[in-house]
Amino acid sequence: MKILTGNDLKSGAVTWWTGYDWSIHVEDAVDVGDEADAIAAREEGARRVNAPCAIDAERDAKGGVRPVHIKDRIRALGPTVRPDLTLKPADPEAGNWVI
Amino acid sequence: MYRYDHYDQAMVDSRVEEFRDQTRRRLEGMLSEDQFKPLRLQNGLYLQLHAYMLRVAIPYGTLSGAQMHALADIAGKYDRGYGHFTTRQNIQYNWIKLDEAPDLLADLARVEMHAIQTSGNCIRNISSDQYAGAIADEIIDPRPYAELLRQWSSFHPEFLALPRKFKIAVIASQTDRAAMKLHDIGIRMVRNDAGEIGAAFYVGGGMGRTPMIAPCIREFVPVDQLITYSEACLRVYNRYGRRDNKYKARIKILVHELGREKYTRQVEEEFAHLLTQGIEPPLAELKRIATFFADPPFETGLADDVDRSDPGFALWLDRNTLPHKQPGYAIAVISLKPVGGIPGDASVEQMHLMADLATRYSFDECRVTHAQNIVLPHVRKADLFAIWQQLEAAGLGAANLDTVEDIIACPGLDYCSLANARSIPVAQKISRRFSDTGKTAELGELKLKISGCINACGHHHAGHIGILGVDRKGTENYQLLLGGSEGDDTSLGKITGPGFDEDGIVDAVERATDVYLARRQEGERFLDTYRRVGIDAFKEAIYG
Ligand code: SF4
Repeated sequence: MKILTGNDLKSGAVTWWTGYDWSIHVEDAVDVGDEADAIAAREEGARRVNAPCAIDAERDAKGGVRPVHIKDRIRALGPTVRPDLTLKPADPEAGNWVI
Repeated sequence: MYRYDHYDQAMVDSRVEEFRDQTRRRLEGMLSEDQFKPLRLQNGLYLQLHAYMLRVAIPYGTLSGAQMHALADIAGKYDRGYGHFTTRQNIQYNWIKLDEAPDLLADLARVEMHAIQTSGNCIRNISSDQYAGAIADEIIDPRPYAELLRQWSSFHPEFLALPRKFKIAVIASQTDRAAMKLHDIGIRMVRNDAGEIGAAFYVGGGMGRTPMIAPCIREFVPVDQLITYSEACLRVYNRYGRRDNKYKARIKILVHELGREKYTRQVEEEFAHLLTQGIEPPLAELKRIATFFADPPFETGLADDVDRSDPGFALWLDRNTLPHKQPGYAIAVISLKPVGGIPGDASVEQMHLMADLATRYSFDECRVTHAQNIVLPHVRKADLFAIWQQLEAAGLGAANLDTVEDIIACPGLDYCSLANARSIPVAQKISRRFSDTGKTAELGELKLKISGCINACGHHHAGHIGILGVDRKGTENYQLLLGGSEGDDTSLGKITGPGFDEDGIVDAVERATDVYLARRQEGERFLDTYRRVGIDAFKEAIYG
């Protein structure tokens, strides 16, 4: 599947396209098929996202969205060396999802 | 330390206001990202893996206590409670919000700092010897010359759009502690036979994709022609450096392709022309700058004895302090490499403590090293124990300077959008491995450097042991290099062979060190043994 990601213009936070809005949680991301460019252009023009780009993802064992490349998984979670600063600071399994 | 004059302050303040306006226009939609990106980059603001990242320039790595306090305050107010000291003697903040960036820059300007020219194809922050003005082996303090170059290169209209970024280092000792020959221009202040001060120019060094050691193109440039000669070097590069291919655009490629002689000849021609133009600032300006770097009021008659009865302190004393030019004083290095820690990171509290120590014990001065540590340059030996106790209590007491635990590591894939692989976890595992096995002390001086991609911010080419992160079909992989050095005997490491996964590279490093321990001769460092026995013995042990 293709999902769309970018950064919030003001905060710089990593965001994911949910089909109608942007979320900081990758599990909210939806398959954009071949609509990525159109959505990206529209959302960027409206300043709801900065530097959008489509990436490859797949469904993980629990049905969640998992970017294919490790770089995007680190973007989705946060730095692996600072679990306290990730989106899931209390989840000891979060690091395994990245690696 | 240099203090801004009215012009410096006005320039920096007006730049903050200019950026405030540019940011407002971006947020209001009057500027697109394509239009805004070069503007934010000119102010050191990148968009990185997780957020905006701000790189702040620390000229030749020197900070006052107030400046270090301000860096700590910024980490607390605008970031997530920490900062990352880099191999360019700068600091980076990883979690900056665009709408807050102008206020951050205004806070920086209040302590005479900025983030200008920390990105883009311009002359970057000038780096220098972290022990400048304190170490006995320098012929003169290099910082006034670094400052003069900083002033010349700041906002230099001709050099704001070079073919690629441009890095200059200035030293003034025979011992190179600033990787001088691995810069676009490395300058060594020297004294000629007549006792006059001048500069030896090394041009065309660098790491990255095509590492090269800079050749010396002129052994003596009179000090009153320093800027003119620098201008000539840059002009030739600006004119002939390749703009068609980003990977061939650094000056090292130009010098390599033209050859040292031809490049030098062109520089000399340009230099002769520029000498007729009167562009050199008056020597009085250099003298004015030099007054800011006069020795602090050292006490005399101090004892050199230190009570070594505490074994932890004695270890730190042996490992992390260096002789000072002034009797009764020492240079103390604060390691930002706790075992299992993140190289170069410091928390708000740690930065405040280092600032307090600088103010109280080191004439209000500290330095950032290219090895991502902090120096207290002028400490009374009698105060060392008190300093160490406070560092210990704050998690800053690691006694591991220049050991296998004192690893340089770039942010890598944990933070950097250009990365292929993570650097920090590898550094953490290696430092833990050697700490656990207790081999660190036995290995002595061993410089290990890790980069998360070929850009080599972690100086992997110049490590006695270097590690380069690569992407192998979407997974992290690490190549091992041996035999690099960035000191007087600068050399480039050689890749040993196929790469490893994260645990494999830690094992490979340990196997390399075992070869050293087994084969070293009296007084040899790891690098010496490697150079004597050659790479094959190491390969055999590493790949079996
Ligand atoms: S070496 Fe590569 S991964 Fe490391 S900081 Fe530089 S660009 Fe990023």
